[in-house]
Amino acid sequence: MSASKLKQAARSLVNNLKMSVPILLGVLLLVGLVNTAIPKDFFSRIFTGHMILDPFIGALFGGVAAGNPLTSYIIGGELLSRGISLVAVLAFIVSWVTVGTIQLPAESLMLGRRFALLRNAVSFLMASLIAILTVLTLEAVC
Amino acid sequence: MRKIVRKIGVNNLFLLTVCILYIILAAVHWETARAGFIAFVRLLAVIAPVLGIVFALLFVSNLVIDSKTVVRYLGRQAGKGGWLVVIVAGIISAGPIYLWYPLLSDLKQKGMREALIAVFLYNRAVKIPLLPMMILYFGVKTVVILTIYMVIFSVLNGYIVERISTGRRKK
Repeated sequence: MSASKLKQAARSLVNNLKMSVPILLGVLLLVGLVNTAIPKDFFSRIFTGHMILDPFIGALFGGVAAGNPLTSYIIGGELLSRGISLVAVLAFIVSWVTVGTIQLPAESLMLGRRFALLRNAVSFLMASLIAILTVLTLEAVC
Repeated sequence: MRKIVRKIGVNNLFLLTVCILYIILAAVHWETARAGFIAFVRLLAVIAPVLGIVFALLFVSNLVIDSKTVVRYLGRQAGKGGWLVVIVAGIISAGPIYLWYPLLSDLKQKGMREALIAVFLYNRAVKIPLLPMMILYFGVKTVVILTIYMVIFSVLNGYIVERISTGRRKK
């Protein structure tokens, strides 16, 4: 491997670090703030019991929330035990891991604004759909 | 304003905006800002090793992967294999989604398809190490069906994103 190629790869890495480190730090600061500002029991108060509206609400709040997916499972499990429908909970956890409102500025800066907006919008719409299909399939199978 | 943005850089401006938000919050509600900052430090400590791996991968990819290779395996000419590669890579990749933006941005510049980037990002949602935990809360059947749908919909997601994105560009 030539020294010039190593130098070029290192220069490219440094440029990438300069671009991405401030964005990553910004996202982490925001995630820290959101995780602190939103109490975990907040999510159990937002559902209405409506069959169509609840998956939408679930996807909406799952998309805004941020953090480890494990947290979404724990909140999801808690919501189920409080009588919230499975379809709403599934929409919530799918949206939690596929939609990133907090990360949207970072995604826009690094992968393009149009791509980031489109990808998150499509993922948001899909969250409710996946939840509904999963519950329907479960009912058909069981 | 544009001159300032250009001088500082959009990336630094973003961080600066978040810092200002923290300063304002600290002035209004010190405890929340403090707790948020502690959560940030904890997060940073958790993701630092993965971030190191991502940047090491980035360095290696700069060394061994050129634009031609990316275009061949992950570009427009990439067949079903390209889709399969990003599905598997998305599922097995670790750490938060935003850690992978720099590498994907680099691969995009080298010619990676937007559809495949979207598929990779979507499959980041399928977490194999967390499946036992998910099963504990939702049951095996629910988790299996949900995971299958998520993988199928990841392909659909990539296809739709690219289709709309390309369609708009053509206009």
